[in-house]
Amino acid sequence: MTTTSTTPAITTTPRATARRERAAPGPIPTGRLLTVELRKTFDTRSGFWLMASIAILSVLATIAAIVFVPRDELTYETLAAVVGTPMAVILPMIAVLSVTSEWSQRTALTTFTLVPNRSRVVAAKATVTIAVGVAAMLTALAVGALGNLVGSAVAGIDPVWNVSVVQFSQVVLAAEVGMMMGFMLGVILRNSPGAIVGYFVYALVIHGVSAALAGSQEWWADNGAWFDLNWAAGRLYEGTLTGEMWAQLGVTAAIWLLIPLAVGLRFLLRSEIK
Amino acid sequence: MIEFEVLTKRYGGFTAVDQVTFTAAPGRVTGFLGPNGAGKSTTMRVMVGLTEPSAGSARILGRRFADLTNPGREVGVLLDASAQHAGRTGREVLTIAQRTMGLPAALVDEMLARVSLTPEEAGRRVRHYSLGMRQRLGIATALIGDPEVLALDEPANGLDPAGIRWMRDLLRGFADDGGTVLLSSHLLHEIEVVADDIVVIGNGRIVAQGTKQELLASAGTLVRAADLGALVRALEADGLTASVADGAVFAGADVSTVSRAAFAAGIAITELRTADGAGLEEMFLELTADSQRDHRGGTAA
Repeated sequence: MTTTSTTPAITTTPRATARRERAAPGPIPTGRLLTVELRKTFDTRSGFWLMASIAILSVLATIAAIVFVPRDELTYETLAAVVGTPMAVILPMIAVLSVTSEWSQRTALTTFTLVPNRSRVVAAKATVTIAVGVAAMLTALAVGALGNLVGSAVAGIDPVWNVSVVQFSQVVLAAEVGMMMGFMLGVILRNSPGAIVGYFVYALVIHGVSAALAGSQEWWADNGAWFDLNWAAGRLYEGTLTGEMWAQLGVTAAIWLLIPLAVGLRFLLRSEIK
Repeated sequence: MIEFEVLTKRYGGFTAVDQVTFTAAPGRVTGFLGPNGAGKSTTMRVMVGLTEPSAGSARILGRRFADLTNPGREVGVLLDASAQHAGRTGREVLTIAQRTMGLPAALVDEMLARVSLTPEEAGRRVRHYSLGMRQRLGIATALIGDPEVLALDEPANGLDPAGIRWMRDLLRGFADDGGTVLLSSHLLHEIEVVADDIVVIGNGRIVAQGTKQELLASAGTLVRAADLGALVRALEADGLTASVADGAVFAGADVSTVSRAAFAAGIAITELRTADGAGLEEMFLELTADSQRDHRGGTAA
């Protein structure tokens, strides 16, 4: 039980003075917020398995590739692409949940009472999300490399290392775009199922509609990449981008990510937390 | 110390909190009493910056909550024990608070022991917790930063009688050590047994506030006699307020005044005492009923 006052006269006086004399505690450093937010992405069952599934699916995808991909096509590029596919689905979910779980699980009540400056918390979440994305892609790179060595050995061929640093950086950027899309939807909707559905509408439905439109409509085929982030970011997987392609990526990212994120943040910072 | 100054919160045309002004003083337990929906929780959310007030302010230790550099070290807050991540273990919930505040890790076990959560229970996920266990975990989170101020919204919900007793002792000890306690509840008894000061809120407005003694004194006297009607007439003839409830008369005066009035009227009384608990309850119901319905017959207040 507790140390409540059976002898109040003795315990009361010194602590009462101690309370009066104490100094205001120092501010919460940003590094601490980052480690706390990182911990919060791992420490739930769903968070843990999302993270674990990155490693598990990478390994499974690599094994599948070694088994099913024809020998002459078994290059590092192929393996990296195979390993990267599950990432494209899981990473945005991690980004979504890092924001929405605070509302869906109502932990925002505690989080923002411990750190009243909401923008600091959201900035820490965004930083952690980006870092997790890079770490996950590096994991994919490592698993792919291992798979390439094993696969080549099994196939009895020399391993082909055909992924450049530039290519890898582009793939990481593409993954980060997907994560930021999830993060933005999380900030706007602040509801886990809603934001997850929203992400798949964006990634599958809108993507599909845009692709179909490009197939039937000439103007969209020529100019759609200025409006469709999926389209503009999808090129990051394909190789070198021209200046125009980078510009299209920038424009679509502003339309799809930055503007909605800015609007969503405004609401999030002022919203009532219940 | 917590100070509310003409705090008002409006939602469209609805005023949830209406010009609430009161102070929770250090060394005292301040009970914040009101029926459900009276505006207690909204007031507390405004206090910690989760809700923006329409007017007025709330200050803790002389500062706005947003200006506290590490609030968990100065104010322990428990707004809703069910607002904890169901997928985290109890220990993890507490660890996050400990890390955010920058406290030594050993405090986690110390706090778990202090709120009587066993290591086995602390290792379970919160989804398997009873409301009482969540309350204990929430209180551990509020206490871990060794704050000067405690603000708890309905902390006794879901606690068993032993738990309620434990909570009462804890709050008493905290205030006796010089801390400030703001305790909200819709249950009169809970507030009455532990609070030094009581603030009663109804429909967003403060309808009564003062020390418990003041409010009890104003609750008057309970008196019984064979002929209640004659007793009421005698008391009213002396200018006292009197109402009949549960086969007794509640009079708005102290015991000796009521006794003299009955004696002067020649009425033999069968019982005469301070209307303590029952009186405060009467007052609570009366005050909150008054604030909910504009006009109601004038009975003892």
